[in-house]
Amino acid sequence: MSIDLRTGSPPARVPFYNDPKVRSIAYQVALCAVIVFLVYGAASNAIDNLKKANIASGFGFWNQTAGFDISQSMIAYSNLSTYGRAFWVGLCNTLLVAAIGIIFATILGFIIGIARLSKNWLVNKAASGYVETIRNIPLLLQLLFWYNAVLKALPDFRDSLSIPGGAFLNNRGLFLPEPIPQTGFSFAVMAFCAGIVVSTGYHIWARKRQEKTGQQAPVFLVSLGLIVGVPLIVFLAAGLPLGFDYPRAGKFNMAGGIEILPEFAALLFGLSIYTAAFIAEVVRAGIRAVSHGQTEAAYSLGLRAQPTLRLVVVPQAMRVIIPPLTSQYLNLTKNSTLAVAIGYPDLVQIFTGTVLNQTGQAVEVVAITMAVYLTISLATSLLMNFYNSRIALVER
Amino acid sequence: MTMSEGDLAVAQIKFVRQTTLEQQPPPKSMHGPIGWLLTNLLSSPFNIILTILIALFLAWIIPGLVNFLLIDAVWTGADRDACREVVQNRTIGACWPFAWERLAYFTYGSYPIEERWRVDLFFGMLAIGVFWILWLQAPRRDLAAYYCFIVLPVCSYILLSGFETIGLRHVDTVLWGGVLVTIVVSAVGIVVSLPIGILLALGRRSDMPTVKLFSVLFIEFVRGVPLVTVLFMASVMLPLFVPEQYSPDKLLRALVGIAMFASAYMAEVVRAGLQAIPKGQFEGAMAVGLGYWQMMRLIVLPQALKITIPNIVNTYIGLFKDTTLVFIVGIFDLLHTIEVSRIDPKWATPVTSTTGYAVAGIFYLVFCYAMSRYARATEARLAKSERR
Repeated sequence: MSIDLRTGSPPARVPFYNDPKVRSIAYQVALCAVIVFLVYGAASNAIDNLKKANIASGFGFWNQTAGFDISQSMIAYSNLSTYGRAFWVGLCNTLLVAAIGIIFATILGFIIGIARLSKNWLVNKAASGYVETIRNIPLLLQLLFWYNAVLKALPDFRDSLSIPGGAFLNNRGLFLPEPIPQTGFSFAVMAFCAGIVVSTGYHIWARKRQEKTGQQAPVFLVSLGLIVGVPLIVFLAAGLPLGFDYPRAGKFNMAGGIEILPEFAALLFGLSIYTAAFIAEVVRAGIRAVSHGQTEAAYSLGLRAQPTLRLVVVPQAMRVIIPPLTSQYLNLTKNSTLAVAIGYPDLVQIFTGTVLNQTGQAVEVVAITMAVYLTISLATSLLMNFYNSRIALVER
Repeated sequence: MTMSEGDLAVAQIKFVRQTTLEQQPPPKSMHGPIGWLLTNLLSSPFNIILTILIALFLAWIIPGLVNFLLIDAVWTGADRDACREVVQNRTIGACWPFAWERLAYFTYGSYPIEERWRVDLFFGMLAIGVFWILWLQAPRRDLAAYYCFIVLPVCSYILLSGFETIGLRHVDTVLWGGVLVTIVVSAVGIVVSLPIGILLALGRRSDMPTVKLFSVLFIEFVRGVPLVTVLFMASVMLPLFVPEQYSPDKLLRALVGIAMFASAYMAEVVRAGLQAIPKGQFEGAMAVGLGYWQMMRLIVLPQALKITIPNIVNTYIGLFKDTTLVFIVGIFDLLHTIEVSRIDPKWATPVTSTTGYAVAGIFYLVFCYAMSRYARATEARLAKSERR
């Protein structure tokens, strides 16, 4: 027992309820009790209410016939398919719009982010005008605008706008010629795949050689030749083995070609344009985070402007850009749920909309939908943690 | 050699100038409007091309916007015929009489006409609260927080929902709509999310494992799913979780969803602020004998919240924009009233939709832009106070 130095007597006993350890345990027990009580109450009420409303529970509905049609599906689906099948159709549609949206938003966002750093006054102001306007208008409003005021206001399919190259645009969507590969096309595809493999090997060899000898190899040109040039020559040599199925106006609708639904186009436009404004800010912040001393040091070592950008500025900027960029990608994926407002058949529209209405099994349906998005989010953040630990600055 | 001899020697050299030259103005190409053009717009061939492209783009989009909103717009009229090209025989821009006729609906929804003074009073009280808390020179700012977080919510509830004993008729929330609902939803999100967010942030940094676990679970769960699914959860699952007779009305369900969502995001913002406070502040507070809550209330939170103000305002901007999503679960917010109005046959013209969206766009743009300016000004003010 410790001795109080001033009086030499043992310290006054602290009452047990003032002991931090006891208090901490008491608080935690109380919290757990409250949460268990809430969960128990919610569950018992839910069971009661479901029984009263005569709604089945459990995941048995997964294998029942869905009985509704879906306007766009990447996998085979008909109204005789099951609810489970409808779930996969919705998930594929969500991932499709998210993936294409991410590509467009990244390209547009990088262009605008770099434009905001331009010394050209007009470019700079135009870019910041874009960012300020787009960021301050709700995404849902933008989606409704693209869908109802722009795409749905296009002419009927009888007076479609024709786009050079055999494509048509009308209020039922964008109709593109569908490429149909013919015999011999597979050679070009094989050449393309071989090009990727060989140029990867060449890239590794060139890097090893540069580390050993300092000699640089024209990696970019060689890869370009292997991946684009060779397949092109094969394609030409095989006698252009690619036909097109052109869309034409039928009696009641367009026939032939690939149809891009206006819902899909509106969602894609809206998501890409909205997210690009945020990506532009991320890119601008990332590039400005690289101190000017880095550029000056590179110049004083004798690097020219282009290699300075490629070897010094961009790699350091990417370290700052990539984590917030990923969270923007995640936001885009989550925002794709707004599809429900314009009727694009994404996961939420199909599952939390139609399936929920037909089965009435709110708890299961919402839980499955949330689990999907939660999985995507957690997987992304795990990847990000891994990436961050790999590229973290190694300091002394 | 003496000084005078040296001077004489220099003076005799004819090609050395004896007086300083007059200062010359910089070359014409470096200053004035031409210099500005050359350095800012036309500095290189690539820049010249960019300038031309952007100028062409702006020349296409700005006159288009001005024409639509002002020059070609219709300003007076009683029904759709005023805004139809076939009838008027000219290009038609925005159909403002439509927006004007529907303005009351956009503002109050279906709130009973004779009771709308209550909504106006609510807007007035809210405006007072906002100015009081944001205007730095305002008198008695210490009371502003109590006003905004305690007095205002209670008064607003009594005012808007009604209280029979003092003669205010009950107005059901299904009648609420338009800007009123947009403001109510965002105000509830703002007022609820700050305290809950602070508690969650403290919980996440707590030493108690269960408190930390539940905080992390809640925050990560809500942040990992889209707001639409949270709203669906609130609107279809919440009624299942409570006994039938207490089933919350539609607006309340959406408010619960919004509040949960906003709290989780606010928690992360506050946590970032807490992390920026040096450990010495905590240790100093403990050394002078403050307990946990005293330490947080008197030492840590005032500093943490001060540096997070810009991020808090940015979260509020996001929340304000996200309130439009209540549209999806069937609440009549501003966007929903516009969606309903634009398909009204009385005003069915090709420009009605665009006019409606323009009204909503201007509303959100003005409010969000004002908030983001405030956040930026606060950031600049804080940066100034940090400078030594």
